[in-house]
Amino acid sequence: MIEQSAAFTPQFAASSIARNLWLIPAVPMVASGIIALLKQPQRKLASTLAIGSLGFSLLLSFIAFAHVLRGWAHGSVVRETVSFTWLQFGHSAVDLGWVLDPLAAVMLVMVSFVGLLIFIYSVGYMAHDENFTRFFCFLSLFAGAMLGVVISNSLLLLFMCWEIVGLTSYLLIGFWYQKPAAAAAAKKAFITTRFGDIFFFLGIVWLFSQTGTLLFYNHGIGSLEPLSLAVLVTQHAGLGLSAAGAIGLLIFAGAVGKSGQLPLHVWLPDAMEGPTPVSALIHAATMVAAGVFLVARVYPLMAAGAPIMSIGAQPGGTSVALTVVTWVGAATAVFAALIAVAQNDIKRILAYSTVSQLGYMMAGLGLGGVAVGMFHLITHAFFKALLFLGAGSVIHGCHEEQDIRRMGGLKVDMPLTFITYAIGMLALCGFPIFFSGFWSKDGILEAAQHSSVIKGPFYLLVFGALLTAFYMTRQVCYVFLGYWRGPKPAYESPMVMTLPLVILAFFAMALGLIGTPAWPWFHAFLEGRAAEFSVHSLIEPGFLLLMATSSLVVFLGLGFGWRLYGEKSPKPEQPDALEKSVPWLWAPLRDRLYVDEFYGVTVIAFYAWWGRVADWIDRRVWGGIVALVAWIFALWAQLNRLLDINWVDGGFDKTCEELSEGGGLLASLQSGRVQNYLRILAVAVVALAVILFWSSRP
Amino acid sequence: MNELATGFPILTLLTVLPLVGAAIALFAGKHARGVALVTSLACLAVALVVWISLPANGIIGLVELHSWAPSLGIEYHLGVDGLGALMLLLSAVVTLMSVDAAHRVHHMPGLFYGLILILESGLFGSFTALNFFHWFLFWELSLIPAFFLIKLWGGPRRGPAATQFFVYTMAGSVALLISFLALFLSTGTKYAPGTMDFGDLAAMAASGALAQMVAAHLGAAMPWLAIGVLAGFAVKVPLAPFHTWLPAAYAEAPSPVTMLLTGAMSKMGVYGLLRIALPIFGVQIAAMRTPLLVLAVITVVMGAWAAAAQKDLKRIFAYSSVNHLGYCLLGIFALAVPVSGAAAQASQAAALNGVILQMFNHGITAAAIFWFIAIIQFRTGGLRGIDDFGGLRKPAPVFAGLMGIVLFSSLGLPGLNSFVSEFLIFRGVFPLAWVAATISILGLLVTAIVILTVIQKVFTGPVPEHWANFPDLHHSERLALAPVIGLMFLVGLAPRLILDTINPTVVNLLAHWRF
Repeated sequence: MIEQSAAFTPQFAASSIARNLWLIPAVPMVASGIIALLKQPQRKLASTLAIGSLGFSLLLSFIAFAHVLRGWAHGSVVRETVSFTWLQFGHSAVDLGWVLDPLAAVMLVMVSFVGLLIFIYSVGYMAHDENFTRFFCFLSLFAGAMLGVVISNSLLLLFMCWEIVGLTSYLLIGFWYQKPAAAAAAKKAFITTRFGDIFFFLGIVWLFSQTGTLLFYNHGIGSLEPLSLAVLVTQHAGLGLSAAGAIGLLIFAGAVGKSGQLPLHVWLPDAMEGPTPVSALIHAATMVAAGVFLVARVYPLMAAGAPIMSIGAQPGGTSVALTVVTWVGAATAVFAALIAVAQNDIKRILAYSTVSQLGYMMAGLGLGGVAVGMFHLITHAFFKALLFLGAGSVIHGCHEEQDIRRMGGLKVDMPLTFITYAIGMLALCGFPIFFSGFWSKDGILEAAQHSSVIKGPFYLLVFGALLTAFYMTRQVCYVFLGYWRGPKPAYESPMVMTLPLVILAFFAMALGLIGTPAWPWFHAFLEGRAAEFSVHSLIEPGFLLLMATSSLVVFLGLGFGWRLYGEKSPKPEQPDALEKSVPWLWAPLRDRLYVDEFYGVTVIAFYAWWGRVADWIDRRVWGGIVALVAWIFALWAQLNRLLDINWVDGGFDKTCEELSEGGGLLASLQSGRVQNYLRILAVAVVALAVILFWSSRP
Repeated sequence: MNELATGFPILTLLTVLPLVGAAIALFAGKHARGVALVTSLACLAVALVVWISLPANGIIGLVELHSWAPSLGIEYHLGVDGLGALMLLLSAVVTLMSVDAAHRVHHMPGLFYGLILILESGLFGSFTALNFFHWFLFWELSLIPAFFLIKLWGGPRRGPAATQFFVYTMAGSVALLISFLALFLSTGTKYAPGTMDFGDLAAMAASGALAQMVAAHLGAAMPWLAIGVLAGFAVKVPLAPFHTWLPAAYAEAPSPVTMLLTGAMSKMGVYGLLRIALPIFGVQIAAMRTPLLVLAVITVVMGAWAAAAQKDLKRIFAYSSVNHLGYCLLGIFALAVPVSGAAAQASQAAALNGVILQMFNHGITAAAIFWFIAIIQFRTGGLRGIDDFGGLRKPAPVFAGLMGIVLFSSLGLPGLNSFVSEFLIFRGVFPLAWVAATISILGLLVTAIVILTVIQKVFTGPVPEHWANFPDLHHSERLALAPVIGLMFLVGLAPRLILDTINPTVVNLLAHWRF
């Protein structure tokens, strides 16, 4: 990757679209500010402003994308940056800025396009909510901040937008704030991600102090450019890591939090308390993918963190940071897929599926590079947004029911939702040839298979694929097949909701075309090389075998699912088919492998206990010392008072007493004689002054 | 601008103005608040003039120097640089906020507002004085009104709280006084009196002469003098374990007074460390830096964690203040770590810019939080337990929204003010003392948990019957709060507005300090 970035031709004069790129995040943010000032009944205006501003961003994104595409078609890799000085300290400065390159361009189009569809969908979904206006305020702020993450050319600016994205996620998860569960989920999401973010923050600070800049690309002196990386890889950071590796891992911790990777995945399923369009936009398609995007963005740093003693290691070995990314991703992929098998809430299944798929993306980044991971990010954004919006449509049609055991037979009542959902489901499972998920996941599997260093992730990821096909089949059977088990009949959603489904379904299939091995356009575009059409790579025996394997796995998963759940429609009270056959496995999976419970008795208990300790130390230890000192002084004061009563004018004493009414540190002990105390101090000071005067005489 | 620089005693004017206002307010009866509002607005205007009249190169400007009591080394010596002027601005803003928040004082309003204005004068005086004697007068002057404000208008346990506050701070003051008397005596000769001028003492300290003089008179007393001075400031800021007066004082003081205590008075301690302790006792502080850094880390982490254990909103944010000012202490003590080279200088500059900006940010944000608490207390007849409320966002959405912004400012959300200063402090401290920085970062996490818990308990969930009609902010309240919140966004988005004036002072200060 380093050689590659060196090969980029820097363009010093930014084009007009690059110079105005800031408008893409700024316009939705400004819209959000305006909507915040609107009154509750101004719903039409609010949604129009939000959709209009994001539409504008989408337009600009397309222009930016076209610009990058044009440059690429002419054989030059576009990477235009614009920066400005945010603040200065000493003789250094903090520069912020934005960048237009293939990675940013692809993400811009994806985020604003998927975002716009979900905005439109929300008009229908949220139509009856009294806080409709505020919903669009938060959504717009989210869109602006997310687009800001995408175009940032500075790790600090990225972090700032990243945190605001976290804020909007918090606000939207807790949108129905009167539900205690929603409020708790929102808090959990913010705190869990912030736990990752404090490491991220340390990474930023460290990177900044080492390289003197937080700009990624800055005409050769940016922090991701060879000059800085060369410095970072030579510095030891302990534990066999170079500074680059350590900083990379700290930044990755932020990504782990945001993208719900092990062990910080616990917030994402709870985040489903938010309205479904939010789950689709933020907790499936875009924000949670920001962690993956972050790793892709700082990829040169992650890749450069080769172990210092790597001379003896195998050639072609990957860096420590990327190895960690791979393992975390692969482990998460399987872990979350396992839990998804035994969930009954339609959105929670999808949430665990998202966690699992994000694991695939991470593993893809670690094993195959930016393009492999990013391709899955993009295809997943479309089919997972589709699935969530489909789930929203189902929930809407089933009168806010979310338990799949109380659904069934919806293929008849909600035909359009069913067809689009099935497409999304097949894309997620990686059904061969016609679905985008197949190609993007096969890219990851292929990279895992070819990895010279580690083989474990490959088997994990293949197993994950099996589970994915299984749990999605289970879900679809429960929801759409069999017969209706709910109380009131279900109905199909309005056009404003189904149209986005149809558009997303189209892309869930079509997007595969741009990333097949025969014509890896997407990869070529991101990596800045020409895309060649060759059918040969498709029928190459190694790849054919892989395709066959992954297809077989998918069919196995579908088959198992069908055998257990197809057309059976068990009653809600009946135990699940899997529960009947393997009860010992079912219970732990249903209870999410007890991760939340584990955190409850460790981290959370420690937090509460340590708070009490801090309070106790304050009240008892420090407070006790203060009380002791006060008591000694009070004793002294009493002595002094006795002297006063016996020796000094009583009238003066009386005045003192009147003055000291009510004063009293630990009143019982010293009965408020501040004046006495101060008098002693004054005497002491005078005495000291006299002594000092005396001693200072020559 | 040049006219100001060449003689108009604007700093004296600024210090006297609130005293005049106080004199009028004392006899203005029910118009006292109006008098206080006008006076504090006028002070803010003058403070702004001071801010824009600063010398561009960061040195001390607007100097007023008159002989006062030469035989005792006392001069009337005033002047401000970026640090002092920012503190003047902060004091003026916080006083205005406090007067604005205190709009229903029925018990002796004249005295109340008069004391607040005297307190403001004390703040102005201590942020402009450059001679110890003069500075000390105002340092104490601010203490007395604060004592009476707690004592006369405070909560049910105000008596012990006020006394503890007073005695604690007084003990610190005595330590300060003794140290400076010792310096005065040591710098004097048979023919000439010693000096109490901060600039002179700092110059002597930088050249090493001061340590020699003290050694000649008092033997190995120099570290003890440093400890005395540090103790005085450690109590005021506060530095753990000298903070135990704070939760009680903040909780028992009427909320507008708490705004002044946390917003402005706590900055006197940090300011003292920067203006007095580091320039004069740099070498001694450098020698003690490890224990000091440990205490700063304890202040940050335990402050945040102790806040987590509280049930009273005012105590929660009292501890949260300890935590936030802990970052300032962390930055200051990290400066004393011996380093050299351009990279280290950049880190020091980052830390010091961060510390100074954090003083301002914390002042504004903490004062605003206590303002909101004052509003809650007024609306609920004095309730402020975290479990007393629930779902307030429903009846009072604007209140919840605006207080939410302020709370997220305190949490350090990017785009709002505190993030900038906390980023700079960590940017500076991490390369200088990475262990301390790494542990302290826990404070950022715990603070977030504390603040989100407050939001969760107060604003979310179902609304209890009796709060269903909790009144939302009135227009006048929104109007008063809007500029403060606007300021948070302004500093958070365009920090150059302040840092461009601070940075020259930072460079100048760092160039003169010797550790």
